[in-house]
Amino acid sequence: MASSLISIRELSKTYRRGNQPVPVLLGIDLEIAAGDYVSLMGPSGSGKSTLLNLIAGIDKPSSGSLLIDGIDIAALPENDLAAWRAANVGFVFQFYNLMPVLNAFENVELPLLLTGLNRAERREHVETALAMVGLADRMDHYPNELSGGQQQRVAIARALITDPTLIVADEPTGDLDRQSADDVLNLLDRLNGELGKTIVMVTHDPKCANRAKRQVHLEKGVLLSGSGAH
Amino acid sequence: MLYGYVLKLARKNMLRHRLRTGLTLAGIAIAIVSFGLLRTVVDSWYAGAELGSSGRLITRSEASLSFPLPATYSERIRKVPGVRSVTFANWFGGIYIDEKNFFAQFAVDAQSYFDLYPEFRVAPAELADFKRDRRGAIVGRKLAKKYGWKVGDQVPLRGTIYPGNWSFTIRGIYQGADDKTDENQFLMHWHYVNETIKALLPSLADKVGVFIVDIRDPAQAAAVSAAIDSSFKNSLAETRTETQKAFQLGFIAMVDTILLAIQTVAYVVVLIIMAVMANTMAMAARERMREYATLKALGFSDGFVSLLIFGESLALSLAGGLLGILLTFPAAASFFRATRDLFVVFEVRPETVLLQLGSAVLIGLCAALAPALNSRRIRIVDGLRAVT
Repeated sequence: MASSLISIRELSKTYRRGNQPVPVLLGIDLEIAAGDYVSLMGPSGSGKSTLLNLIAGIDKPSSGSLLIDGIDIAALPENDLAAWRAANVGFVFQFYNLMPVLNAFENVELPLLLTGLNRAERREHVETALAMVGLADRMDHYPNELSGGQQQRVAIARALITDPTLIVADEPTGDLDRQSADDVLNLLDRLNGELGKTIVMVTHDPKCANRAKRQVHLEKGVLLSGSGAH
Repeated sequence: MLYGYVLKLARKNMLRHRLRTGLTLAGIAIAIVSFGLLRTVVDSWYAGAELGSSGRLITRSEASLSFPLPATYSERIRKVPGVRSVTFANWFGGIYIDEKNFFAQFAVDAQSYFDLYPEFRVAPAELADFKRDRRGAIVGRKLAKKYGWKVGDQVPLRGTIYPGNWSFTIRGIYQGADDKTDENQFLMHWHYVNETIKALLPSLADKVGVFIVDIRDPAQAAAVSAAIDSSFKNSLAETRTETQKAFQLGFIAMVDTILLAIQTVAYVVVLIIMAVMANTMAMAARERMREYATLKALGFSDGFVSLLIFGESLALSLAGGLLGILLTFPAAASFFRATRDLFVVFEVRPETVLLQLGSAVLIGLCAALAPALNSRRIRIVDGLRAVT
């Protein structure tokens, strides 16, 4: 068994709707090894997106522990957590979440603004990332000048630009046609296979989920299968 | 590096909704122009008083300006130590054809008046003609231009204080020593008016409205004023003497409430545009909530997102403010042309420009405050779910 990158113990998350507590995750135990590629599956309301958000450090658990590379991210203050995300997590969203006023180059460059790289170094990194996703010739294009698949590839370039350990993808093909979805999934395969990135992906689509090395199923906030690290 | 990006994003975000941005810019510019004009109106009222010479004193009735003083006071004032010369003037208040043709008319002592007002420059020959002709008048250059008068023209005036139909022959046109001198006055012989009125209304005869006193040392203005007033203490017509500047400020005090209202309106205009701008920024920030959440997810701090909102708001308000400041000058010039009879000077002061700039900055900061706080409060996961 490879060493765990993500170690989750008794993780629970409860939201409040008015005065009513709404439990979303109930005592989750999950290990994800470095270099793993995990798909989180489950029906709507099962808590898979909440789990992904907790792993990505954009939400905080109600109880339990969540260690990523040995760091208890739930205990980090907000600013430290933001810095941790910038250095360690690449995000791929269902609706790409690109800045509409920035072109492809500028969108991919965004996370690098938080690093100490100079302009020339940033340019080199961005060109490499965009070449990797096959959009070297679309650097000057704005999101509204790109197809959905191309926008998602820009988003993937943005996710890998800081060379993060972990890439989280929330329904990355949910808004794409079959061909574009395949292109995106092929890219994620390469990130995992060639660059060794650990990927955690939420999806409804079994075909998409099958591309992962491991599938984890959740239902009503409880993990049904696939909790051990591979 | 990040600040450069903030400016770049602010500029690009400003241009996302061109119509909305254009209308907001226009609104801010109009508000800043209005603010500048209203401030200048108030300044111009006071400017008239500030132009008053501190070397000239005005002596009037202690009771009220509407009570005239005996003309004989002139000699007694002249004898007060420190006084160099004295002249006098009376408000005539006639109507030229129609009441709307208002301008200042004074019955003055033709022999001495222009000696005390060297800023009213008249050609020596014209002044001599005026002094010779008891029915003559001297008018300001702007006033003559307004009504197309020239030397030799007859000007009819319908008396209000001094009843009857009067007719004066223009014998000269005075020019101001500088562009701040009032060139809208109509000056006629007090002696002619006095003699004419003596038969009709003897109670008004041999009276003058104010004495204008030239003193040797402006630093002694208070002492000379006190000396003049003490000369007439316990008389039937006690006097009140003050510098010309103080006298004119006294006039302004009569319209203090109006000036306060104008100043209040100036600030209300700024407040209104602040509310409009705040609404614009709130709408913009609400539309971009998912983008802000994405930036935060990528590791940008709450402070960076706030800076983006403040940057855009300030860029918008400063652009509108600068446009407004630039437009204030031609607007003020047009306003002055349209209201020449009201103001001697109408200049946009540097202090007003600074206030306009300060208002623009304040509008930008206040408008961004609520959206920036809201963007800090919102959780990333909620922001990512926001519908745009």
